[in-house]
Amino acid sequence: MMKSIQSMFKFFGGVHPDYNKDLARDRAIEAIPLPKTLVVSMSQHLGRPAVCCVKPGEHVARGQLIGTRDGLISVAVHAPAAGTVKAVEPRPGAAGAWADAVVLETDEDQAATPEVRMPPLDGRAATRDEVLARIADAGICGMGGAGFPTAVKLTPRVDRGCEILILNGAECEPYLAADDRVMRERADRIRAGVEILQRILGGPSVRIAVEANKPEAIAALEQAFAGIEGDVAVVVLPVLYPQGSEKHLIYSVTGRSVAPGALPSSVGCIVENVATIAAVADAVLDGVPLTARVTTVSGDGIAQPRNVLAPVGTSYADLVAFCGGEKPGVRKVVSGGTMMGLTVPNLDIPTTKTTSGLLLLTEARVFQYASSPCINCGRCIRACPMRLNPAALSRAVESDDIAAAEALGVMNCVECGACAFGCPAYRSITHHCRRAKNAIRARAAARKN
Amino acid sequence: MLPKQTRTRYILSSSPHAHAPGSVSGIMLDVIVALLPALCCAVHFFGWRALLLTGTCIASCLVTEACCRLAMKRENTVGDLSAVLTGLLLAFNLPPDLPLWMAVVGGVFAIGVAKQVFGGLGYNPFNPALAARAFMLVSFSEAMTAWSSNGLWKAAAGYAAGDAVTTATPLQYLKSVGTAAWAKLPAADQALDFGSVSFLKAAFFGNVNGCLGEVCALALLLGAAYLLVRRVITWHIPVAFIGTVAAFAFFRYGMDLSALKLAEAHVLSGGVVLGACFMATDYVTSPATAKGKLVFGCGCGLVTMLIRTQGAFPEGVSFAILVMNAFTPLISRWTQPKPFGAK
Repeated sequence: MMKSIQSMFKFFGGVHPDYNKDLARDRAIEAIPLPKTLVVSMSQHLGRPAVCCVKPGEHVARGQLIGTRDGLISVAVHAPAAGTVKAVEPRPGAAGAWADAVVLETDEDQAATPEVRMPPLDGRAATRDEVLARIADAGICGMGGAGFPTAVKLTPRVDRGCEILILNGAECEPYLAADDRVMRERADRIRAGVEILQRILGGPSVRIAVEANKPEAIAALEQAFAGIEGDVAVVVLPVLYPQGSEKHLIYSVTGRSVAPGALPSSVGCIVENVATIAAVADAVLDGVPLTARVTTVSGDGIAQPRNVLAPVGTSYADLVAFCGGEKPGVRKVVSGGTMMGLTVPNLDIPTTKTTSGLLLLTEARVFQYASSPCINCGRCIRACPMRLNPAALSRAVESDDIAAAEALGVMNCVECGACAFGCPAYRSITHHCRRAKNAIRARAAARKN
Repeated sequence: MLPKQTRTRYILSSSPHAHAPGSVSGIMLDVIVALLPALCCAVHFFGWRALLLTGTCIASCLVTEACCRLAMKRENTVGDLSAVLTGLLLAFNLPPDLPLWMAVVGGVFAIGVAKQVFGGLGYNPFNPALAARAFMLVSFSEAMTAWSSNGLWKAAAGYAAGDAVTTATPLQYLKSVGTAAWAKLPAADQALDFGSVSFLKAAFFGNVNGCLGEVCALALLLGAAYLLVRRVITWHIPVAFIGTVAAFAFFRYGMDLSALKLAEAHVLSGGVVLGACFMATDYVTSPATAKGKLVFGCGCGLVTMLIRTQGAFPEGVSFAILVMNAFTPLISRWTQPKPFGAK
């Protein structure tokens, strides 16, 4: 059995929210019955939306390409099930933005149309280019949060040399257990993915980083990775939010700090989410594109919290129905975790490749407040893992002094929410930072044009 | 062609959607609780009048706060308890026998002039209670420095005859004798031996002359420990402040046994403990970063000792903190944290 090691580096700051993971962490992954309608967005990821390549009325097979990549930072989209394209029209996503989506009426008899698969590759023989092309063709993006195209993430670093491949299994967001379940139930697949990447990345060290509150996942990984070649280890991280933030994860695992504005490659690291690695194995070894993911449906407002394997495009309403429905008094629905997740106005929103959680929160978990002036208590400064001065940033943004916010380094903000989480004056510090970042980006874009 | 509307069934808000317990009023309440042991000691040593004076200060502050907010047409902030805390701290910085009407004036100044004029809690550049004390020292200089001798203090210092000791604070006595001169005196002629067990006991348990809340070091340290445990304050300012005072006195007076005694006298009297733990740590008027707090604390200690040794006043804590309050924006600018990963 492979030994796990303890993380030796503790990053500055961080907070301890109520994790509430017990609601869902012991529920095995359950597949949702195929919904009658899927709304598959062309904007599943970071970057430019895919270009839809099917027409209304067209019949598509499961696994068929329905959206092609548009440029480098973009991801292909495939049909999660056989069915008929009812419409191609703009639909709202979790972030509130509208994007073209394929409305797919699924066939009742899925077996009638044969599934489209790409030819399986030999994980031990396929070249680097073949594997990267496959990852791109299979529409794989980071499944942890931002949804950065995985093939792109793996490409430039190969040239610079990847010393350490870090698998992100921290899952530090409250409530979420999807990655935990994938590590427990699909550890062999994660190993298969690691072996493929080890080869195409030139044999880097591999560190699978998991927070200490997932002992079963750690045990499952230790077992599955027994006898693997090369320098591979599970790193047990202290439970501290935001442990799964890329820069902080790198620091916790290696002690290396990524400079402001720099990428992980600058310190020889690549970070990939554990579920993404399993998806890589599926795509390379089986030729299956990424069309489904595990989403934790939890919160005190859902009848039966579950970890649901659902095709991309499943509406939140279907997820909620599968989990026993809403309890009375739900006030807030969050896509993602409570620290960084997005609130949605209703349940007519489809899942994407990055929907890690769907949380239904009742009055007891929803805080509404009036914020008061900053009393300079310094809690946010002690909490900020990016070592910024959120108090000063918040005050600057409040007086519309975006230049001051920029000088204070607001662009380094990762929007983890640790500052606002602890603010005794209930100030929307994170939102202030977000506003400043958007204003600075908008100004930079305006200057370019 | 976008559909015009989406149904909004749930609350939309910006992340995070979780919040730690704690509030501004909770923090203020913690500090008030931390000051209660010292208040009890004040009542014990100065009688019920101490409570009356404290109540007067608090009432004056609360009424002023309410009136100011009303006049400014802003929401009433009496509930955040900051005015209660200011009243309490103001009382702690007054001689126990001060006429009550002066205390009322002090409260009005603290809240009306030192706090609400700037916009209320969070915007005041100077500690309101200390600003009021400085104002009162100038306005009512006689009453503000009249110490009815603390009965127990008299008994404790009984071996040293004369009003020079019993109606003065330890530092006033030291100033009147001359610190360097005191150090040269033979032990028998030192009216007050700062190294004696009786002085230590007096200063620790509060049998000394001084402001209402500053006399009992033990009660104050107990309160400070509570604040540290509750994480309301950090150790940086108190340690830097008290450490600088002690080090300054020790090195200034010759680094021998009597210098050690003087260092201890300077730390235990004249409000250093009260100032370092409860006044200099005021969030709004002190830097928020660890480095900034250290600079600020050292500055407070240094200015305190400069006033005590070079200035006309025997005690300099309030002025030192006020001076450093003025430097807080500068210190904050100099001690801005560097972003994670920045060289």
